[in-house]
Amino acid sequence: MGKSVLLIEDEPNIVEAISFLLERDGWTVRLHSNGEGAVQAVETAQPDVVVLDVMLPGRSGFDILRELRQGGAPSDLPILMLTARGQKKDRELAAGYGASHFLTKPFSNAEMLQAVRDLSEGRVPDLGAKAS
Amino acid sequence: MQSQLIGARIRDRRLQAGQRQAELAAAAEISASYLNLIEHNRRNIGGALLTRIAKALDVEPSVLRDGADAALVQDLQPLTQDVDTSQGRLEELVERFPEWATKLAAQRRQIEGLEQTLRGLNDRLTHDPVLSEKMHEVLSAVSAIRSTSAILVDTPDINAEWRNRFHANIDDESRKLADTSAEMVAHFDRLNQQGQGFVTPIEAVNSFFERRGYHIEELEHDSSAGIEELLANAPEFSSNPARELGEVALRRYARDARALPFDSFSDAVRARGCDPSLLADAFDVPLPRIFRRLASLPRTPDIPEIGLVSCDGAGAILMRKPPAGFALPRFGAACPLWPLFASLRNPGMPSRHIVQSAEGTDFDCYTLSTVKQTSRFDAPAVIEASMLLVARDGRSADGLPLGSSCRVCPREACSARREPSILGADSLRRLEG
Repeated sequence: MGKSVLLIEDEPNIVEAISFLLERDGWTVRLHSNGEGAVQAVETAQPDVVVLDVMLPGRSGFDILRELRQGGAPSDLPILMLTARGQKKDRELAAGYGASHFLTKPFSNAEMLQAVRDLSEGRVPDLGAKAS
Repeated sequence: MQSQLIGARIRDRRLQAGQRQAELAAAAEISASYLNLIEHNRRNIGGALLTRIAKALDVEPSVLRDGADAALVQDLQPLTQDVDTSQGRLEELVERFPEWATKLAAQRRQIEGLEQTLRGLNDRLTHDPVLSEKMHEVLSAVSAIRSTSAILVDTPDINAEWRNRFHANIDDESRKLADTSAEMVAHFDRLNQQGQGFVTPIEAVNSFFERRGYHIEELEHDSSAGIEELLANAPEFSSNPARELGEVALRRYARDARALPFDSFSDAVRARGCDPSLLADAFDVPLPRIFRRLASLPRTPDIPEIGLVSCDGAGAILMRKPPAGFALPRFGAACPLWPLFASLRNPGMPSRHIVQSAEGTDFDCYTLSTVKQTSRFDAPAVIEASMLLVARDGRSADGLPLGSSCRVCPREACSARREPSILGADSLRRLEG
């Protein structure tokens, strides 16, 4: 069985596109579409990589990320954040909370695939200064 | 600042008049060598001698004493940071080309206003929850369209079911994008209608009074009859919040005018001077009304330059009428040394100071803070303070030095400075000659 990705995203058409891409690349894709219960979904799915949207109904992706890094998931679990805001402070916030990588919408399919592949192989980019 | 330049002005005027030093000295009943010292700013001059020299040069003494329009010079001062020039050269510009200098100052103020508007719009874009939500919707739709269309282009062997689904998704997202775009345009239109170019309704009301010279003739003799017309016709009151604040200000103006009719009040000012306490006793009205009424008097030769500022308990400027010779900041925080702010600590206790503006003009400064009346028990005390500035003749040795705001204040060593001045390190030295 191939590696798996848990995609936590609420926009159905983005979910469909990313799922299609990753599955064609050989990934097993599991889905969760709400901020509520996202941490439990990670515990249950035990994915190799998490793709986590920031703006989710019910709970912010940053909150979920923080809880995952505070013990809700293995400390080395790669987590790729997706956000519509690419400001430096958001990038720093993501880095400060422990994101492994950060993509700003709209991203290209190639960027998405490369980011997931890199993270699964332990290649983590430098996201800049850590947030306090 | 002016006194150091009187000599240079005398020399300029003498040369313009084609007079030799000896001729002017004789007319002014002094020796040529003494005039030479005066012209090289090595002797202070004032009083009767200044009057004699002015008469000999056929100019008003104030032209020699004050030189160029001090307010205009102050308005243009920030521009000197970008140009290698001296205070004297700036005054020369204002004296020789007053129309151009006025235009330049107006453009500088306009640019400052536009910059403030830009900052306000930037804040609005950053913090407006509607815009934030719509931007998120736009970016999500664009992301979905970008990924899906790229899949269709990059995957020629995609099966019909997926192709049809992705086509439907693109159609769905493009409709969302169109709807969201229309909603954003409508939102911008609403913001535009509310704003009309003014960052705040308070600024809109102040702009109205500034445009009208702080004297509303329509309300002087016919009480509040003209208020509706003023509100309907003034471009500053095109938004609801500005109109509401404008109505409050105009109704107060009308009440003030009824309580202190223009003719009798201006006669009293001419007869008794501008001391608010004397006027309050004479008319038996509270001091804040006297302050406002003094500030509404048109400038005439027998009424001095009068300014007025009021603020709330947080120090936010509510009303501003800058007097010539004392620039008041249009935006941002004012000089923390203003007695206006000190008066907030002592409601109901009027105080008087002699103050000296950064432009070098002395003013009698009267301050008073009052607690707004309320019929509710246990309501929080809402304090409003006012500062009346009345230009003084001559200079006082112990005037309290004040600025406009730190950003354009030349007093480098001021202990109350909260940020560096943009005027440059030598600005004070230049101002002081």
